[in-house]
Amino acid sequence: MSDTTHSRGPADDAAAATGRPETSSLRIILTLGVAGVMAGLLLVFVFQATQPTILAYKAKMLKLAVEEVLQGPDSYLTLYLVDGALTAELLAGSEEDAYEQIYMGLDAAGKVTGIAAAHSRPGFQEHVKVIFGFDPSDGRMMGMKVLESKETPGLGDKIEKDEEFVAQFTRALAPLEAVKKGRGDGDPHQVDIITGATISSRCVVDVINEAYARWNPLVEQMQGATRP
Amino acid sequence: MGDLVWILLSAMVVNNFTLALFLGLCPFMGVSARVETALRMGLANIFVLVITSLCAWLLNSFVLEHAPFLRIISFIVVIASLVQIVEMAIKKFSPVLFQQLGIFLPLITTNCAILGLAIFQTNRGYGLFQGLAFAVGAGLGLTLALVLMASIREDSERATVPSLARGTALVMIIAGSLSLAFMGFAGLGSAT
Amino acid sequence: MRETTSTQDLVRGIWRENPVLIQMLGLCPALAVTNSVANSLAMGGATMFVLCGSSLFISLLKKFIPHEVRISTYILVIATFVTVADMVLEAGFPTLHKALGAFIALIVVNCMILGRQEAFASKRPVGRALLDAVGTGLGFQIALLMMGGVREILGAGTFLEMPLFGPNFEPWVVMILPPGGFLTLGFWLLGLSWYQERRKKAARDQGASQDSNAEGRAA
Repeated sequence: MSDTTHSRGPADDAAAATGRPETSSLRIILTLGVAGVMAGLLLVFVFQATQPTILAYKAKMLKLAVEEVLQGPDSYLTLYLVDGALTAELLAGSEEDAYEQIYMGLDAAGKVTGIAAAHSRPGFQEHVKVIFGFDPSDGRMMGMKVLESKETPGLGDKIEKDEEFVAQFTRALAPLEAVKKGRGDGDPHQVDIITGATISSRCVVDVINEAYARWNPLVEQMQGATRP
Repeated sequence: MGDLVWILLSAMVVNNFTLALFLGLCPFMGVSARVETALRMGLANIFVLVITSLCAWLLNSFVLEHAPFLRIISFIVVIASLVQIVEMAIKKFSPVLFQQLGIFLPLITTNCAILGLAIFQTNRGYGLFQGLAFAVGAGLGLTLALVLMASIREDSERATVPSLARGTALVMIIAGSLSLAFMGFAGLGSAT
Repeated sequence: MRETTSTQDLVRGIWRENPVLIQMLGLCPALAVTNSVANSLAMGGATMFVLCGSSLFISLLKKFIPHEVRISTYILVIATFVTVADMVLEAGFPTLHKALGAFIALIVVNCMILGRQEAFASKRPVGRALLDAVGTGLGFQIALLMMGGVREILGAGTFLEMPLFGPNFEPWVVMILPPGGFLTLGFWLLGLSWYQERRKKAARDQGASQDSNAEGRAA
């Protein structure tokens, strides 16, 4: 747009110098308009063509992560946080992504086996995003998976790759307490942090504690309401 | 509040735009020969970054929600025209400021730090104030990197550098060392 | 501007006017995403697609684009192709798309692409514009692979994720972190200027008659 106001400025001299005829403002606006509309149409077409694949992939990755941290439930339900309470049903017409979500794993009989939630906190470099599963009846961890992190390769990224570290999140009890390796006294709340990745592994513990403290009361409140 | 401080610090030193994300390398190579120029370039950058952050937020919240595929196009078009409007406005209302920043403004339009800021802000879902903190942090970080680089280069002119290493190769290796030094800031965020 | 043959159009960008190593254009992606060979290949491919697409379109439409708004139109065309590349990568190669992140969108501000449109595609027939785009794109890809190869081999001890050394290899992690990018490019540039210096010297030794010729080639 601002280019049109310039058409009588230096560009005019340049046009005169190269012997180029002056272009009318109408033609300039028309060219940009046509180019814009063509670009828009092409993008809408590609968007329509690629969007289903992209959404399907995202849904698949989420499903795999939820099933992993809930130790393979028979099925799971998505719970939405609406007006401070959890619900599995959304009002017709409201958008799913507008609400925060957690996932409730069920066994074949429809009994709740675990709750999965995702959360993030600043780590060593960037936010570390983690999804984890816990049993709401006793606060026992069921699994932990790092979804996003830019921690240092070879050091901080052990929070994903160190199997011993990850395995601790299938038995520890919430709220977790981070302790140096070998300094624990057998308390089931304790999690050994990785030497050389202290900040990153503490970050995982903090993420889980924060999310557990937030979601567990809501889950209890919901279960209390459905099971009078 | 702690969140805003973290965003600012993170963009400024932990994930410095130039030294960790390689954004804004053109001015980093081009105008880092003198401290004075580097400082002014940095200030002009902060200015444009803040305005861009505001525009990106407006676009994201009111227009692009319904048409995410127009994001890249609308960002680049809005940034380019905006910088031009700002340039004209400064020229008219504050000739002194224009003297200080003016020549750098057109250069900034093609600076990848500006579009980078808009896109990172969108990807991370920052709100208005988070975006502004991010922009100020990124701008301060760019300025810091530029001024540090310029002061090292001013000194290196008096050193006896082998003729082979003069020019870009030397700048790259100095930048590498600075980037290595900035890695020491990592972990700062987890304290907040 | 002096005229060139079609072969020169294609070959020029690959080595003698290599966008990254000689002209210092497109440094941002060349440093930011070259921490592995796979990422380098993906970035090179996406850039090649955008470059060829925009060159083709702009060369075809050059008669219809008014001189005054040519830059705006070029940016519009480039941004469209970048968005297409972004969406196609996300649908087809989601892991690569995640690794490259925001840097795909930042192909728009790669000065190399706009530079080729302004200097070449807007003035030449379609065929030659395409040849030039392919050459420049290949040159960019080669430079990215030179960076990505060195950084992945030293920094992770692998090539395309295949382990190269024994299990006792301690990777030089800093090479795949940001400082490694600056240092690798710095050392490549150093090597390149050493090579050019040597060729210049060899040419000087050969005789004064060919001297000026070789100077021109080396520069």
